[in-house]
Amino acid sequence: MNITLSVNGEERSTDVEPRRLLVHHLRDDLGLTGTNIGCDTSSCGACTVLMDGESVKSCTILAVQADGHEFITIEGLAATARRDNGDPGALHPMQQAFHEQHGLQCGFCTPGMVMAAVSLLKENPHPSEADVRLGLEGNLCRCTGYHNIVRSVLAAAGELPESEEVRA
Amino acid sequence: MTATDVPQTVARGMGARLPRKEDARLLTGEARFVDDLTIPGALWLGMVRSPFAHARIGNVDASAALAVPGVRHVFTGADLRDGWAAAMPCAWPVTEDMKAADHWPVAVDKACYVGDIVAVVVADSRYAAVDGVDAVEVDYDPLEAVVDLEDAAGDRVVIHEGLGTNRSYTWTLVPDPDAVERAFAEAAHVVRERYLQQRLIPVAIETRGVAAVPGVYGGDLTVYSATQIPHILKIMITATCGVPEAKVRVIAPAVGGGFGSKLNVYAEELIAVALAQRLGVPTRWTEGRSENSVATIQGRGQIQDIELAADGDGKVTAVRVKLLADMGAYMQLVTPGIPLLGAFLYGGVYDVPAYSFECTGVFTTKTPTDAYRGAGRPEATYAIERAMESLAREVGVDSAEIRRRNYIPSDRFPYDASSGLTFDSGNYEPTLDRALELVDHDARRAEQQRRRDAGDTKHLGIGIATYVEMCGLAPSRVLASLNYAAGGWEAATVRVLPTGTVQVVSGTTPHGQGHETCWSQIVADKLGVDPDSVEVLHSDTAVSPIGMDTYGSRSLPVGGVAVGMASDQVLEKARRIAAHQLECAEDDLELVDGELRVKGTPTKAMTLQAVAFEAFSAHDLPDGMEPNLVGQVTYDPPNFVFPFGTHAAVVEIDEETGGIELVDYAAVDDCGVQVNPMIVEGQLHGGIVQGAAQALWEEAMYDDDGLLRNATLTDYGVPSAAEVPSIKLDHTVTPSPTNPLGVKGIGEAGTIVSTPTVINAIVDALAPLGITDIAMPATPERVWAAIREAREGQA
Repeated sequence: MNITLSVNGEERSTDVEPRRLLVHHLRDDLGLTGTNIGCDTSSCGACTVLMDGESVKSCTILAVQADGHEFITIEGLAATARRDNGDPGALHPMQQAFHEQHGLQCGFCTPGMVMAAVSLLKENPHPSEADVRLGLEGNLCRCTGYHNIVRSVLAAAGELPESEEVRA
Repeated sequence: MTATDVPQTVARGMGARLPRKEDARLLTGEARFVDDLTIPGALWLGMVRSPFAHARIGNVDASAALAVPGVRHVFTGADLRDGWAAAMPCAWPVTEDMKAADHWPVAVDKACYVGDIVAVVVADSRYAAVDGVDAVEVDYDPLEAVVDLEDAAGDRVVIHEGLGTNRSYTWTLVPDPDAVERAFAEAAHVVRERYLQQRLIPVAIETRGVAAVPGVYGGDLTVYSATQIPHILKIMITATCGVPEAKVRVIAPAVGGGFGSKLNVYAEELIAVALAQRLGVPTRWTEGRSENSVATIQGRGQIQDIELAADGDGKVTAVRVKLLADMGAYMQLVTPGIPLLGAFLYGGVYDVPAYSFECTGVFTTKTPTDAYRGAGRPEATYAIERAMESLAREVGVDSAEIRRRNYIPSDRFPYDASSGLTFDSGNYEPTLDRALELVDHDARRAEQQRRRDAGDTKHLGIGIATYVEMCGLAPSRVLASLNYAAGGWEAATVRVLPTGTVQVVSGTTPHGQGHETCWSQIVADKLGVDPDSVEVLHSDTAVSPIGMDTYGSRSLPVGGVAVGMASDQVLEKARRIAAHQLECAEDDLELVDGELRVKGTPTKAMTLQAVAFEAFSAHDLPDGMEPNLVGQVTYDPPNFVFPFGTHAAVVEIDEETGGIELVDYAAVDDCGVQVNPMIVEGQLHGGIVQGAAQALWEEAMYDDDGLLRNATLTDYGVPSAAEVPSIKLDHTVTPSPTNPLGVKGIGEAGTIVSTPTVINAIVDALAPLGITDIAMPATPERVWAAIREAREGQA
């Protein structure tokens, strides 16, 4: 089947098998490998992208269902920041917050986590810590214990309280 | 470099909370994990796995699979059997008489666990490989599964007939048997406990994956693998697949977490290599998540019997431990040695005069076990820190007091433990004091009492645990005494390039730990350069040919120390060159602002870059000196390092539901000198949650037929952000005297201690009900049932 998606602001037309998952379409057909796959039950959220502005797990959607919709992937997030800032190394504010708050270690869950966090702040620009924890429930991380991910999202929202870290 | 840059350089060196150099590529999708790689012409592999825990393999009918569009080949174990140069490697045969069956990448006669590979499909695409796997018909003759450890040890069903038993080995450590007997005979108090360490699934969020690109006409065989150990894998590919080592290059690209599960040599890696060689085209494979649950090693899996002898004051006089450890169906790379990594630590942080440890490893028809974050040390810490609670009850003192009475005094370091190790440095009690303070211990105790008096059904519990661990694997001679096949050194090269960039080549293999940042900080400190001018190369055997890789909290105390020592060599050589060119004595030079200056005459100076260029051009070097500014070190540590600390947890248990909420958690750790405190904290946060998950949520659940019942992430309880609290951290700094940086490892510490901390809190909450133990994971069902049973007993 021929489908046409808007991905990171570009129209992309491709022939796909009806059973092809959107995440495989993004990664294998369109070469956007920043979106990762961490499970086979839509549990981990590593494949989270924005579909028409809302976060979705791209492993739960068939490529053919994505026809005609608009997507932003992790690659597009940074591209927007580069365009807006005119700086080739610019990061989106959420990516920048993850960097500053050490919200990533191995980085595999990170693209999905960042996309979910961007969507979370769009829905709730001033979340509490509990809001962030609940809002990211669908995204698993095995490295950070979530502590610094939560701080990253709060920092991006301008809601980071005085550090909970105790200094010796 | 101007004078105003100096404070900044120093601030960005050792001890700075420097944001990571690794982040940008990971945050933008630019980093390439194995499955991200485009490999022209690669064929996809699909593994046909046994759905039975134990079965004879009959006819394998590939005809339907070969008819699937895109499927090219199907290979059985028999097809590939003669191609292997050797069976899969086990590098740690812990005793001379250890029994182990040959482990072939593709099973030949028998499948011995659910997930054992019985055939391999080779196809044009990812999807076709899956279709092909589904279409292969295998005749199985099911045999009885062996699931329970004691049943396995009893040999009711022998899994590997040729061995005659499921008992692989018994390893003992009893330095003075008479002293142990005497201590128990004379004890005023004796505590005897049995603890069960459930099996855990490591769940790195990136599953495993491999791609093998053959060099048919004399090129290198290049293997890309999601591995923690490219250097070890390279050797093992030569050993098992017979490819000359000179022709093998292994690259670990971006790797999405390991936690020990990628510290292995796996069947799929060897199959990919063998088929790439055989077919003359690249092969690749990416593991599915449910596949990962059965095909990648699991952790823990022990029955622990621990006994403490103590005098009338509760001072421990002896520890005696007997383990039954689940090897799973086969020995993987270091399977048998995992319990030994805890063998020396069942006395914990306590001054224990007499010590006895024995471990028997048994085969079961389950996925092999192997290293999982902490590897042996969480098990040991759990047993002693739970048993100390029992002793406190027996003696009639509280959790803190029993520990204070038994801690190794701070003036006894370096401390020769009765288990045979020498603990490098420690000062335990301050970490206890601070942890209690951070969870507001006294107020929590008052609240706990208030609730108990009021008959509140929301029970509050406070748990503590103190740990010491041995890490920084490892002194090669100690490894030799444990019958481990390799050494424990690490290699580093530091070069100053003619442009002034400092290039570091490390034999460590980071997969989230931030080595590029930390090694840059070490070099920055040593050479007075900015960390941004340091380039760190790693994880590719063509770039970093010598290395022992990353596991066992070894990277900093072995690999980072090697980087520091290689930097010292660079500075030493730079000093000689500068002294020669500035016509002064080497002792007259000082390193200031990234320059070598003549003391008292700051205008006579050479920048490191200028020295490097002189070393590169080699026009005017001291007589006999080799060109280029390079330091190269292989560092074999003289001892392990011994990080320590105390953690405290507060839980609230709802009697009506059995639900447990982790309401507060504080950790006070000491890993010696910290290179980057932000990274130390990150390692602790993650480790603590991983260990708490063993206490509360995670277990690989096998049924009586040996089937894994929770192979998906909907069923296996990896916690999300919603289940865990923020974590309070503090630290003390007790440098290690073992290495020149004074550092200790921190990658596993959180996981090692958080499990008993949380369980101690749960048991504390339920103490008035007479409950003294709860099986892990302490699920609401289990807690509810335990409370109900206790209430019925009281009625």
